[in-house]
Amino acid sequence: MWNFPLVPPTASKEGADISLLYWTITLLAVVFGSIVLFGVIYLAVRYRADNNAVDRSNATDSDLRVELAWTLIPLALALIMFGWATKLYADIYAPREGYYEVFVIGKQWMWHCQHPNGARENNVLTLPAGRLVKVSLISQDVIHAFSIPAFRIKRDAVPGRYNAMYFTPTKPGEYHLFCTEYCGTKHSEMIGKVVVLPEEEFQKWLDQNAPGATAAATPTTAGAAGARLTLAQQGEQVFKALGCNACHLNPNSAVKVPDLTKTWGSEIPLEGGGTVKGDEAYIRESILNPGAKIHAGYQNLMPPYQGQVSEEQLVQLIAYIKSLAGAGNGGS
Amino acid sequence: MATATYTGTEKPNYLNWKTSVASWLLTYDHKRIAILYLVSISVFFLLGGLAAALIRMELATPQGDLLTSDVYNKMFTTHGVIMIFLFLIPSIPAVFGNFLLPLMIGARDVAFPRLNLLSWYFFMAGAACVLIALFRGGIDTGWTFYTPYSSSFAKGEVSLAIVGIFLAGFASIFTGINFLVTIHKMRAPGMTWFRLPLFVWAMYATSLIQVLGTPVVAITLLLVAVERTFRIGIFDPNLGGDPILYQHLFWFYSHPAVYIMILPAMGVISEVISAFSKRRVFGYHFVAFSSLAIAIIGFLVWGHHMFSTGQSMYAGIVFSFLTWIVAIPSAIKTFNWMATIWKGRVHWDTPMLYALGFMGLFVIGGLTGLHLAAMATNVHLTDTYFIVAHFHYVMVGGAIMGYLAALHFWWPKMTGRMYPEGWGKLAAMLVFVGFNLTFFPQFILGYMGMPRRYHSYPEEWAVLNVLSTAGSSVLGLGYLLPVIYLTWSLKYGKVVTERNPWGARGLEWELVDPVPDPHNFERTPIVTRPAYDYNHPEEPTAFIPKPRPVVVGGKDG
Repeated sequence: MWNFPLVPPTASKEGADISLLYWTITLLAVVFGSIVLFGVIYLAVRYRADNNAVDRSNATDSDLRVELAWTLIPLALALIMFGWATKLYADIYAPREGYYEVFVIGKQWMWHCQHPNGARENNVLTLPAGRLVKVSLISQDVIHAFSIPAFRIKRDAVPGRYNAMYFTPTKPGEYHLFCTEYCGTKHSEMIGKVVVLPEEEFQKWLDQNAPGATAAATPTTAGAAGARLTLAQQGEQVFKALGCNACHLNPNSAVKVPDLTKTWGSEIPLEGGGTVKGDEAYIRESILNPGAKIHAGYQNLMPPYQGQVSEEQLVQLIAYIKSLAGAGNGGS
Repeated sequence: MATATYTGTEKPNYLNWKTSVASWLLTYDHKRIAILYLVSISVFFLLGGLAAALIRMELATPQGDLLTSDVYNKMFTTHGVIMIFLFLIPSIPAVFGNFLLPLMIGARDVAFPRLNLLSWYFFMAGAACVLIALFRGGIDTGWTFYTPYSSSFAKGEVSLAIVGIFLAGFASIFTGINFLVTIHKMRAPGMTWFRLPLFVWAMYATSLIQVLGTPVVAITLLLVAVERTFRIGIFDPNLGGDPILYQHLFWFYSHPAVYIMILPAMGVISEVISAFSKRRVFGYHFVAFSSLAIAIIGFLVWGHHMFSTGQSMYAGIVFSFLTWIVAIPSAIKTFNWMATIWKGRVHWDTPMLYALGFMGLFVIGGLTGLHLAAMATNVHLTDTYFIVAHFHYVMVGGAIMGYLAALHFWWPKMTGRMYPEGWGKLAAMLVFVGFNLTFFPQFILGYMGMPRRYHSYPEEWAVLNVLSTAGSSVLGLGYLLPVIYLTWSLKYGKVVTERNPWGARGLEWELVDPVPDPHNFERTPIVTRPAYDYNHPEEPTAFIPKPRPVVVGGKDG
C-alpha cells in the first residue's frame, strides 16, 4: 500500500536513451555542485575570522591560469554534453519512416485518438509494443501538450498545425498520459492512460475496436454505421458528403482541378514560384483556405471550408488523400 | 522613521530633514524613492506569498479538495504575476539600485531624479490595475499569458491585468535608462570603469536588459489585449494569427527577465562576500565581464522554452547551444566567489549567511538548468515540476537570497538601526532549510512527470508533495521573521552611530553618514583607490576635497 516511487517507469526505447543522458547530466551536476557546496563550507569554516592558525600569505586576487581552467573545463564538458543531447534529440524527433501512425486531437479537456483502421479512443491510447509509433497531434482550441512520462517524450498540440512525435514502446503496461500545457479550468483533468499491448493482443484489440464493432461514427458517416471503415474510408465518405467529388477525382468535372492522387508526398509547384511539400499541413491548409497556396497552372475556384470541417474530419480527409497516392496509412 | 524628527540642531539626514507625507510622495531623492519601492514591493511579496501558501495547501492532498479548479488556476496566476512583475523585477534594482548606485559612484542623485519618481508612480499605477483585475474575480491565464488561451478563451479582466503589466514595464524601463545614464555620466572623479563596485557592473548589465527587452513584452502583451478586445487576428489561428509567434515574442523578454532578477543578486553577493571575507573580489574583471556576457547571450536563448512546440529543429539546436554557453559565465562567477573566501577572514554575520545560502541554492538552480539546455531531456522535463523547482532555485533561492542579503547588509545604512543578529541568523537558516524542503522534492516529482499547474495529481506522488508543503511552512516562517524583526528594529534596534559598522570598503560605507545626508556627499568625492581595497586598510578609497578658501577682493594667494 505504500506506493512511493522516486523514478518513473521506462517503457520506450527512446526513454531508455533519454534516461541515460538525464543521469549523466545529473552526475555532472552532483560533482560540480558538491565541489561548490562543500568547497564553500570548507573555505568559510577554515578561513573564519577568529582562526589565526591558517596561512593567509600570498593571497592573490587574480590569476589568469585558474580563470582559464575554470572557464575552459566547464566549457569543454558543456560542448560534449550539447553534442550528445542534440544528436539524441535529432534521432528521436526528426521525421522517421516505417511507423504506425495515430492521429491525436486535443480539445478542452480531452484527448481524442484515431487509429488508421478507424478505431477511436478518448483519453486512452492503445499501442503495440516493439513498433515505431508516430503520433500526429493537433488541437482544435487552445494549445495542449501530449506528455507520456514513461516514454520521456512530449509534444505540443497546437491549433492550426500538425506536430509529430515518434517513439517505440517496449514494455506492455499502462502508463500516465498528461496534458502539460496549461489549457484552462480542467487542465488537470485532461489526463488519461497509454496502454501498451503485445503485438498479437494489439491486433486483436484493433479488430475488436474497428468502427463496425462499436458503431462509432461522426455525423457524416453515421449512415455507414455497421460497416467496417478504415480512417481513409471514413475520409472518402466525408469527401463525398462535403461534395468535394463534384470537382475533384471526377472525370466529368467541368472545372480544371489538381489531381489529388498526385498530391501526397510530391513537391507541388506553386503559382508565383516555389514549391511546397504535399503533407498534412498543406492538405489541411488547402481545404480550409484554398487561396493560401495555389497549385501552379490552376485557378483558385474552391470555396474555403474554414469552420465547416471538424479536426476529426480533416484527419480523415488527409488519410483518404494519402491513401490515393498508394502510401497507405502509416507503416501498418 | 529611525531617528527622531529633525529639530534643527543635529545634522539632518535623508529620513528626518522633511517628514510630511508630501515630502515622501513628491521626493526626487533616490534614497527616498528606494524606500517607497521597498515598502510597496514588501506588501506585494506578502500577497504573492499568500497565494503560494494556498497553492501548497491544496497540493498537500492528491485530490483537488481545498479550492475549486478555477480558484486554484487563479491562485497560481496571481502568485506568478505578482511575484514576477510586482516583486522580483523591481526588487533589487528599484530598491538597492536606487539607494546605492549614486552613493557607490560618488554622485548626488541619479541622472534623472524626476523620471525616477515617475517610475514609482508608473509602477504603482500598474500594480493598481493588476490588483483590481485580481480582486474583480481574478484571471486564470498563468503569468505567461499563452495565446490563444489568453486572447480568445480566458474570462476575467485579462486586458486590465495586461495594461497593469505594461505600466509596470515602463517603470522598469525608466529605472534602466536612469541607471545607464547615471553610470556613464555621473561617476565621481577617479571612479574609473574598473574601480566600480561589481554591484554597479551588475546593475549596468541589468539595465541593458530592462531597456532593450521590456518594450518587447510590453507591446506583445498589449497585442494580446488588442486581439481580445477588437478580435484582430495576431496570435489566434482562428483569426489568422500564429500562437507560436506569441511565445517567441514573450520569451524574447521573459527569458532575459530571469537575468533581470538574478544579475542584481549576483552583484549583491560580490559585495557581501567581499565585505565579510575582508578580501578583494577574486578575478574582478572576469566577474564584471561575466555580467555583460550573461546579459548579451541571455538575449539569444529564448527558444529553449519552446523545444516542444514543434519549432524548427535547426533553430532549436542554436538555442540549445547558446543555452549551454550561457551557463559558463555563471560558473566563472561562482568559482571567483569561492576564491574570494579563500584566505579571507570570514565573518559569519547574517548577510554572509544569506550569501553562502545563495551560492548553495543558485548552484543547484544553475546546474539543473543543464538538464533543460539539453534538448532531449528538456522535452521530457518541460512544463513539469522539474521546471518549477529549477526556476524557484534560481529566482527564489538565488534572487530572494540575494535580496535578503542586501536588506540585512545595507539595513543600518538605510535606517540607522541594526537588526537583531540572532533572529537574523535564525531566519537565514529557516529560509535555507525550508527552501530545500519545499523545492528539492519537486525535482523528483518533475522527473516522474508531474505536470505544473495541476490542481490534482495521482496518488503515488502524495508523499513528496506533503514534504514540499511541509517545507513551505518552514520557508514561510523564515520569510515572516525578517518582516517582524526588521519592522521592530526601526524603533527598538540598536542605533548605529558609526559610518561603517561592517568595516567594509566602498564609498557608501567610508564617506556617507550613518544615515545618509539628503545630498549624499558634502562635495563630490575624489576616488583614489580600486574597489574592495581590503589589503590597504589605511588608504581610504576616496576622499572629500577640502573647499578652496574664498578670497574676496585681494589676490588669490
